[in-house]
Amino acid sequence: MAQVFKPSADIILRAVILIIVIAVIVTVVSGWLYWHSGWLTDVAEAPEQPVPFSHRHHAGDLNIDCRYCHYTGEETAKAGLPTSETCMTCHSQLWTEAEALRPVRQAYTEGRPLWWQRVVDSPDFVYFNHAAHLDVGVGCTTCHGPVQEMALTYESHAYTMGWCLDCHRDPAPNLRPEGAVTAFDWRPRTGLSETERQALLEARDVHPERLTDCYTCHR
Amino acid sequence: MTGRHLLPLLLCLLPLAACPDMADQKRPDMAEPEPVLRGPTSSLPVPGTVARGERSAWDVLKDRPEMTPALLERGRERFNIYCAPCHGVAGHGSGLIVERGFPAPPSFHNDRLRDATPGHFLSVIENGFGVMYPYGDRVRPADRWAVVAYIRALQLSQHAQVSELPEPLRERLP
Ligand code: HEC
Ligand code: HEC
Ligand code: HEC
Ligand code: HEC
Ligand code: HEC
Ligand code: HEC
Repeated sequence: MAQVFKPSADIILRAVILIIVIAVIVTVVSGWLYWHSGWLTDVAEAPEQPVPFSHRHHAGDLNIDCRYCHYTGEETAKAGLPTSETCMTCHSQLWTEAEALRPVRQAYTEGRPLWWQRVVDSPDFVYFNHAAHLDVGVGCTTCHGPVQEMALTYESHAYTMGWCLDCHRDPAPNLRPEGAVTAFDWRPRTGLSETERQALLEARDVHPERLTDCYTCHR
Repeated sequence: MTGRHLLPLLLCLLPLAACPDMADQKRPDMAEPEPVLRGPTSSLPVPGTVARGERSAWDVLKDRPEMTPALLERGRERFNIYCAPCHGVAGHGSGLIVERGFPAPPSFHNDRLRDATPGHFLSVIENGFGVMYPYGDRVRPADRWAVVAYIRALQLSQHAQVSELPEPLRERLP
């Protein structure tokens, strides 16, 4: 019987096995990198807006409080996106000829809001509530990152379930004092002792026990 | 596995293909045009209507609340958010937006506005005044008295007479 496998077959077999192993490693590593990169979650990508609105200009340079424009967050679930009238409180007198602001003037005269492209948009099966967080002193930049430095608005990080839970398991370091929810320069507390933690939670009447139950966010 | 077994298996998987995306449910979200009339999803109530279980704006506003440190503190916070960009933190009428070219409002520290009734301030907040737009949608009725109380405190801070100060404070003046 003629020989089926020549001596070189051994080398080919080894090469093929090596290639398969490398391919598996590359797939796993690049898959992991892709999963954790911004591509999947649109992190750091600013969608195109009807007006090139700049938070850096308005909230950063002009020091306008977040609540001047997002004024429903303290009482309701939604922080709210500004209506065209809110822009017109200033732009009825300032930059009245600017081409960039034409959609604002048009929406205002037609009595309708501007259709902003959403940036931070949780899936509809998640329940989120701004008032519950602002009430106990969790601040805007703690969740939304340095918005006051964004020329165009983007997600500073992925708003995953793990991210919510990280804070819900241990919220104490993020509880700001009264009147500081819109401050830019506040940093989370570090190196808290157990008694300091309890004192912070008690001062705001926060009970983390039920914050990790599924029905808190999925109802 | 034979084709006879494969077919039912594939049929079982078919309903999965029709699964709706639960992340985007069939309801218009904020900042999306409402699907039928293409109008806004949230609009202002018809003027003069009051939501069930709520008090009308007039009902909240008609009695002046007691002046307390808590009321003044609330007023300070609201004033700094909604008024200070133009009127300035001390009410002189030179906020950052005015520095960038917005017409300057009058200072709160003149005789006319010192003598103005609280009702005048309440009305300016709700209805606007000249080139100033109304702020009634942003400063809720319950907060308007707080803002007026704080403006009064600002006015006093710039117009106090030495003779009105209590003795211990007067002695500390240079
Ligand atoms: C605990 C974290 C958290 C805090 C604190 C927070 N936000 Fe949000 N914000 C979110 C999440 C999550 C969403 C997405 C909600 C959704 O899609 O329903 C969101 C959505 C928004 C939106 C889009 C419109 C809306 O209301 O859904 C705006 C605007 C906004 N936030 C502004 C603010 C401002 C201004 C503050 C501070 C006054 C603030 N947020 C504080 C987490 C937070
Ligand atoms: C409290 C006042 C105020 C409000 C409210 C306001 N703006 Fe502005 N905006 C300004 C000022 C002042 C400037 C000019 C800044 C300068 O001269 O440096 C400006 C500039 C701009 C510009 C052009 C300059 C640039 O490069 O960004 C755009 C576009 C703009 N605003 C959009 C908006 C939109 C959209 C809204 C409503 C969501 C809005 N603004 C609300 C005060 C305001
Ligand atoms: C002058 C008005 C104005 C001020 C002040 C302002 N914003 Fe906004 N904000 C807007 C407008 C307009 C949009 C929608 C366009 C965009 O996404 O850039 C927006 C969008 C956002 C969004 C994305 C919401 C979404 O899901 O689309 C977040 C988060 C946000 N703002 C947070 C803040 C925070 C935090 C502050 C204070 C540091 C702040 N804003 C101050 C006008 C303002
Ligand atoms: C930085 C901290 C922090 C982050 C991030 C955070 N939360 Fe919370 N959340 C809190 C605290 C503190 C409370 C407790 C409020 C209370 O006890 O009144 C809370 C309460 C809640 C509640 C309960 C409200 C109620 O009325 O019972 C919901 C729902 C909730 N969070 C949803 C979310 C979701 C969804 C996310 C992520 C998208 C999130 N939170 C991210 C700190 C956080
Ligand atoms: C603090 C709020 C919070 C709590 C508590 C919570 N979730 Fe979630 N969950 C979220 C958010 C936010 C998302 C959406 C994440 C995203 O968009 O990536 C989510 C997504 C999910 C998803 C869908 C994942 C997908 O790929 O679409 C499932 C399933 C889920 N959660 C199950 C649970 C279960 C089970 C529990 C209880 C053990 C739980 N969640 C508790 C906030 C929460
Ligand atoms: C965008 C800038 C701007 C903001 C913000 C603003 N104002 Fe004004 N305000 C003006 C201007 C400009 C005038 C002068 C209007 C005129 O004479 O045409 C004015 C006038 C006034 C007057 C004087 C009316 C009179 O009798 O002369 C009062 C009182 C007043 N504002 C109160 C407020 C209060 C309270 C707030 C906050 C809730 C506020 N304003 C926010 C710009 C502003």
